[in-house]
Amino acid sequence: MNMSAAARRIASSISCRSISSVLRSSSSFMLRGRIAGVSSGIQRLSTAAAALEEPITPPVQVNYTKLLINGQFVDSASGKTFSTLDPRTGEVIAHVAEGDAEDVDRAVAAARKAFDEGPWPKMSAYERSRILYRFADLIEKHNDEIAALETWDNGKPYEQAAFGEIPMVARLFRYYAGWADKIHGLIVPADTPHHVQVLHEPIGVVGQIIPWNFPLLMFAWKVGPALACGNSIVLKTAEQTPLSALVVAKLLHEAGLPDGVLNVVSGYGPTAGAAIASHVDVDKLAFTGSTSTGKIVQEMAARSNLKPVTLELGGKSPMIIMDDADIDKAVELAHFALFFNQGQCCCAGSRTFVHERIYDEFVEKAKARALKRVVGDPFKKGVEQGPQIDEEQFNKILHFIKSGVEGGATLVAGGERHGDRGYFIKPTIFADVKDGMEIAKHEIFGPVQSILKFSDLKEVIKRSNASQYGLAAGVFTQNLDTANTLMRALRVGTIWINSFDIFDAAIPFGGYKMSGYGREKGIDSLKNYLQIKSVVTHLKDPAWL
Amino acid sequence: MATESNGVSKLKTPEIKFTKLFINGQFIDSVSGKKFETIDPRTGEVATQVAEGDKEDVDIAVKASREAFDHGKWPRMSGFERGRILFKLADLIDQHGEELAMLDSIDAGKLLHITRAFDIPFAANCFRYYAGAADKIHGETLKCTGEFQAYTLKEPVGVVGHIIPWNFPTVLFAAKVAAALASGCTMVVKPAEQSPLSALYLAHLAKEAGIPDGVINVITGYGPTAGAAIASHMHVDAVSFTGSTDVGKLVMGAAAASNLKIVSLELGGKNPLIIFSDADIDMAVQTAWQAVFFNQGEMCFAGSRVYVQEGIYDEFMKKAIENAKNWVVGDPFDPNVHQGPQVNKEQFDKVLRYIESGKREGATLLTGGKAIGEKGYYIEPTIFTDVKEDMLIAKDEIFGPVMSIMKFQTIEEAIEKANNTRYGLAAGIVTNDLNIANRVTRSVRAGTIWINCYLITDINIPFGGYKMSGFGKDSGLQGMEKYLKVKSVITPIQNSPWL
Repeated sequence: MNMSAAARRIASSISCRSISSVLRSSSSFMLRGRIAGVSSGIQRLSTAAAALEEPITPPVQVNYTKLLINGQFVDSASGKTFSTLDPRTGEVIAHVAEGDAEDVDRAVAAARKAFDEGPWPKMSAYERSRILYRFADLIEKHNDEIAALETWDNGKPYEQAAFGEIPMVARLFRYYAGWADKIHGLIVPADTPHHVQVLHEPIGVVGQIIPWNFPLLMFAWKVGPALACGNSIVLKTAEQTPLSALVVAKLLHEAGLPDGVLNVVSGYGPTAGAAIASHVDVDKLAFTGSTSTGKIVQEMAARSNLKPVTLELGGKSPMIIMDDADIDKAVELAHFALFFNQGQCCCAGSRTFVHERIYDEFVEKAKARALKRVVGDPFKKGVEQGPQIDEEQFNKILHFIKSGVEGGATLVAGGERHGDRGYFIKPTIFADVKDGMEIAKHEIFGPVQSILKFSDLKEVIKRSNASQYGLAAGVFTQNLDTANTLMRALRVGTIWINSFDIFDAAIPFGGYKMSGYGREKGIDSLKNYLQIKSVVTHLKDPAWL
Repeated sequence: MATESNGVSKLKTPEIKFTKLFINGQFIDSVSGKKFETIDPRTGEVATQVAEGDKEDVDIAVKASREAFDHGKWPRMSGFERGRILFKLADLIDQHGEELAMLDSIDAGKLLHITRAFDIPFAANCFRYYAGAADKIHGETLKCTGEFQAYTLKEPVGVVGHIIPWNFPTVLFAAKVAAALASGCTMVVKPAEQSPLSALYLAHLAKEAGIPDGVINVITGYGPTAGAAIASHMHVDAVSFTGSTDVGKLVMGAAAASNLKIVSLELGGKNPLIIFSDADIDMAVQTAWQAVFFNQGEMCFAGSRVYVQEGIYDEFMKKAIENAKNWVVGDPFDPNVHQGPQVNKEQFDKVLRYIESGKREGATLLTGGKAIGEKGYYIEPTIFTDVKEDMLIAKDEIFGPVMSIMKFQTIEEAIEKANNTRYGLAAGIVTNDLNIANRVTRSVRAGTIWINCYLITDINIPFGGYKMSGFGKDSGLQGMEKYLKVKSVITPIQNSPWL
């Protein structure tokens, strides 16, 4: 364990975290979930077994550890590096160039040149789309090694990365490739004899700061629309997961991306991230991470050059189970909504509201499901849950668990670490959780399910909305009126009805309230990366207005 | 006088692989067993024999389409998956570009180097464009005045009939078929009897790309038989037709008389190109020249009425004659050739008849006016001046290499004359005066306006006419609208915090 790096992490007040999950479709995921559940009887790893087993050697090598600036892999100006750790063991995977303000300056200069002088924004949208399509093909070609790297650096189950996330990255880039030549402004009517054209222009140099929970999906959500719109980019990856972005950025250049269009600076939030957020030559900032860091980032943007900001922040999303629900299905869906990706999803359904008539049965079955959850080496087939990302998060989650117990919630399952090394935590369930408890108010970002009881629709709407967050919500009911009522009443950016974590490329995602603003994915995401220019021309003797 | 480069080039014509009807994924003979000849317009000789589809074949094809739509996976797969297949088809078109280009050239007399450089890449781009559009078909959620939740779904219309002309066989196949496929429709395509070969080849590539059987069916044959059967079929949900205005009326009539199927029509044009006296004359002459003589003048959007402002009229004419001298007519397989033969004897005779009528009605023949050579259907680039508004050559679509030049004085006069037509497909403006450009743009009743350019077609740009040039658009996201039905869904809501 590299102590100085760990110390830095703990000191880091701007570390990016939080985000949401993604999969090709819920059905494929749920299917996988069921298979894993069925096989868990024989495959389940006991704490003791996990402690004895040697970690599986990842089937991939780390080839890229430097900053990517102007199409070249370069050392940081300071020559400094930081360690990225294997969350299974806490051991070092690689030393990665540590970018700071000077490196950000270089990256912004390259991006500025690429934007101002071309060829990227000057080539036809069709040509840009061809490059993005080629990139998607390359991701597909290298799917397994990219997935392995993602799992190694992040700790997420390899099957989730290889069959869900990395194919989704290719799918997202194809989606945005298709948008490139379909970005249309409107011709708008005028009251007076004027012809009005609205041009949608690329916004310029874009700064993007992405989190560690879905490193490449967040890369795709941010880089995809920015490139489709013709911008150039300085991207800062999370210091916990810098590796996969460097590999795919290399592939993007192989696909034909001109130098300087995408620059990747690895490093920490208070240094590299802050330099991007406060850079006067960055025209737009997009950040995904915690709400507290989101506030800092927005302030920096305001103090520097008023660059427009979009934020995808934390959540404490309700998952509402009505009394007409099929309990077994509801249990499985609520389990998935919370435990997916080790609970490290900003949209995790972390407040499970269950109707009083089915509450006891639900808790029993949720407990049984949690106990069956397969925790272990994420490279191992059938494993559903890997380690948490790092020691800081690991300790934070254990702290929340302690607060749940002390606050009077009933610990139904889990509640402690799994094994004796790495950052594994047992799937944990609290019942009898009250709205005022810490575990019901704060984003835990770990495998801790809080089950709350409610008795009627009005009440659950009120309690669901009594949160500083407004990212997502789940609704489980067969009653159309109930679904329609909740759909409009909940103040959140995404509502999943009898589903959860459906993340198609076309579905906009983003928050209400302190979960942020701006939308990613879908046509709405393009707006983040476009300037709108109105062109008004006086008309002489027009035939019509 | 135009240069001749007559005689057939030594370039070998391609092997013709597909000559049967394509129904439900198979190449099959027509029910009647009949065939028709497709003619090489360079020589007037038979290129090959092609299965002749008729009503019974259309019935079988519609049945296959119906099955593919009602029970098949095509409309049931995600837009993304459909897009992936269209993308693959685009790659296959690129890979087989040479063969496709040859087929169009041999069938329609199109210049091979142009077909290679424009038609085939355009078709591939078109499939890529709609591949990217297939997962971007959006309905809308709506505002209601009461406590209702309402939204629209955009659903594929069902079985579509496409009737395609011979002047841009691959391009128009791509524009219609790609948009309909992206929308989730199944279809029966009837290519023109003059140019059936590329459509059959494209159907073969579509199958190779993974388009399920029955989704695309190609019936080669004639308009009054196969075309009419599609237009009047009770189980075809929409018909999209590109061709003459006269036939457009028949198609719409047949649609009305049968099942009121949705109709979209891209018909004829008699498009004005208005050149103002501030124009760069060389650029104006080049623009006008391409607007009329490109593709042997066989373009619905040909700028066949050239209005020149009086101040530059004489100089314009002088330079137009100069231009005629450097214009090479000849074998379309010869890369030095600018203009190939007209598509067939019927068109050839028709164009010559119009030239005669121009002379008879008193227009001045500035250059050209005759057929070239003994063999094939070559016609000299022909320019008339002193053309009057009521002459046939100023009113009718000639669809051949014949330019009519007319003089005008004021912008008002130009606008009035430009609109004095039953057509409204396109128009061109050559000027650097912003006010003139903007005023004419809004005043001319036509579906496309080219300012200081002409013939710029781009898959992003919707194309289609005003007035008797038809309705409905091909290309762009608009090009999908005719293949989509809007379904409104309304349901009550209770206690909504907003309305």
